[in-house]
Amino acid sequence: MSSAQNAHKSFLQAPGTGLASWIFSTDHKRIGILYLCSVLSFFLVGVSLGLAIRLELFAPGETIVSAQTYNSLFTLHGVIMIFLFIIPGIPAIFGNILLPLQLGAADVAFPRLNLLSWWLYMSGAALAIASLFGGSGPPDTGWTFYVPFSAVTTTNVSLAAMAAFILGFSSILTGLNFLTTTHRLRAPGMSWSKIPLFVWSLYATAWVQVLATPILGITLILVLLERLLGLGLFDPAKGGDPILFQHLFWIYSHPAVYIMILPGMGVISEIIPVFTRKHIFGYKAIVVSSLAIAFAGSLVWGHHMFASGMSDTAVFVFSLLTFIVAIPSAIKVFNWVATMYKGSVSLAPPMLFALSFVFLFSVGGLTGLVLGAAGPDIHVHDTHFVVGHFHYTMFGGTGFALFAALHYWLPKIFGRIYNFKIATLAWGILFTGFNILYTSMMILGMRGMPRRYYDYLPEFTFGNQVATAGSWLLGAGVLLMFANLLHGCLRGARVGNNPWAAGTLEWTTSSPPPVENFLEQPLVERGPYELGGVQIS
Amino acid sequence: MHKDYTGAKMGMWLFLFSELLLFGGLFILYAVSLNRHGAAFAAAGQELDWMLGTLNTLVLLTSSLTAALAVSAIQQGKAQMALRCLWATIGFALGFLVVKYVEWGTKIHHGLYPGGAELAGREAGQMSFFNLYYVTTGLHGLHVIIGGLVLGWVIIKVRQGKVHGGDFVLLENSVLYWHLVDLIWIFIFPLYYLVL
Repeated sequence: MSSAQNAHKSFLQAPGTGLASWIFSTDHKRIGILYLCSVLSFFLVGVSLGLAIRLELFAPGETIVSAQTYNSLFTLHGVIMIFLFIIPGIPAIFGNILLPLQLGAADVAFPRLNLLSWWLYMSGAALAIASLFGGSGPPDTGWTFYVPFSAVTTTNVSLAAMAAFILGFSSILTGLNFLTTTHRLRAPGMSWSKIPLFVWSLYATAWVQVLATPILGITLILVLLERLLGLGLFDPAKGGDPILFQHLFWIYSHPAVYIMILPGMGVISEIIPVFTRKHIFGYKAIVVSSLAIAFAGSLVWGHHMFASGMSDTAVFVFSLLTFIVAIPSAIKVFNWVATMYKGSVSLAPPMLFALSFVFLFSVGGLTGLVLGAAGPDIHVHDTHFVVGHFHYTMFGGTGFALFAALHYWLPKIFGRIYNFKIATLAWGILFTGFNILYTSMMILGMRGMPRRYYDYLPEFTFGNQVATAGSWLLGAGVLLMFANLLHGCLRGARVGNNPWAAGTLEWTTSSPPPVENFLEQPLVERGPYELGGVQIS
Repeated sequence: MHKDYTGAKMGMWLFLFSELLLFGGLFILYAVSLNRHGAAFAAAGQELDWMLGTLNTLVLLTSSLTAALAVSAIQQGKAQMALRCLWATIGFALGFLVVKYVEWGTKIHHGLYPGGAELAGREAGQMSFFNLYYVTTGLHGLHVIIGGLVLGWVIIKVRQGKVHGGDFVLLENSVLYWHLVDLIWIFIFPLYYLVL
């Protein structure tokens, strides 16, 4: 079959349907679907680990697992959720599939590099899974790999650190690819002020990926060398300093928080105008705030270390900078709300998830300020309050944005749609369970329950039981949502090119898109949010 | 198929930024450690052989020249000339590694390495210095090896006629990588061999 004939076929059918035609494909849409399957599988593994943690905490003392197993559970929950789910989540799945479509390009700038990224991702994932078995047990350091414990524990920390290093490499290559694609492959007429906001958010994210990830790489190499060769850059007896590890680790890992959240904000900026039938309020403000978050977010890492020992000046500066990052985040929230003002709001499933994002992210952001202020931070540092806070931003933020993206874009990708009633029901269960679970955690933390502890005082029992019950609701909601989406993608009713009457370029091509994305080179003459006259088709 | 030269070079530059930050982490550690253990660093720095360091600097600078000449040659369609320049670059890379081997070898022979008896007896600041020295020059040496292998791969491509006067972005990008290897050494050399 010639490639010219293939060009008109859906990318799901051409160039073939065998396994090799998928795992060696350089088509950005197929690579996106590879990520979709792998990332969501790891998400379900992470959810199961999380449910096990909650089950263990249902009652004080040993409930279902030993203390050592509990340490491994929260370590792997963290490693899998951070490195295999949240960081690659939206950019690798929807960035891959949509970046070229929204720009009106045929593919990303470096298609083969893109495939390599997925293979690196899978290799890193395989190593992370391998660290569960053999040796002297799964890693037990927490996802942060803090020295000195990570340098001396006999568990498989070396494998897990190596896995994170390789996943970081994959992330750098994806970022590099997206930056070049955005600069070089925009359709004729797509000036920088006509780029969809999702692309802008990927662009800002990609810079952080390229510039911050190498710091994590070198830090993990140093931990490995300390374990394998007895190098001592983090060991005071050898002239090193464990605090330096914390600095280097957070120089990457705090910007990584914005790698996680920025693409989610981009998704929300796409969905809200479409489901309110209004032009986005303050396009430029959203673009600038994305870049400002990426920039300022790289300067606030010290707020993770207020309790580790640093000078008062440093505490003051990091605290101030942390508050400054809250400004561009808040600008976005106000822009989304202003977009909805006097709009014709439709509560379709993507919009429900987007609205929950705005609410949950605001809660997460505001509780973040409690932690960013040095005074209160000392009291709630390393308590369940922190756990509740970052689940509101990471899961309530990025997680819900990913769910919104699934409900918004899967009909485009598969040409079929899910059941709205079940989607709404799943959302209701998920949202309720989420708030019960993490609000309880925040209250427990305020009352003094530490994080990562296996056991707790009897007075925390009730709060923990409420949280665990919430986790069951949450788990049920996730399962129902995925079942509905899976059924929708495979057996759902067919949809046309533009089921939501949206204005960005991906909706002008067929659903699912053809191999070459667009049969004719698109010409951009209107902005992405000029919805006047756009019809469902 | 149409090739986007600007795009390919942009991608390479972004990759080089990430490499710079990889070393950046080590330079931060150097700065902090120097600040803490100034006297010990000065004492330990005296033990590095600045003559060998200077020699290696000259070797690498010359290799960057031959690498740049390879690009000029291929632009003018002189494939044989480009090949000769690339071979010379690889030769200098090997020379650099030999000198490095001598440097490391002497120290390791005296037990002056992480985990070695001699270093274990030194004060903490000196241990910190040599730990950093080995990691930084080791990581740099690894980049020299990778750069040499990449240039070797480009030689094969030039011989196959896949890289030529009309399509040489692969050569240009590989040479950019080589310049980065050189550039990082330009920072390592004074910090470890000269200023202490």
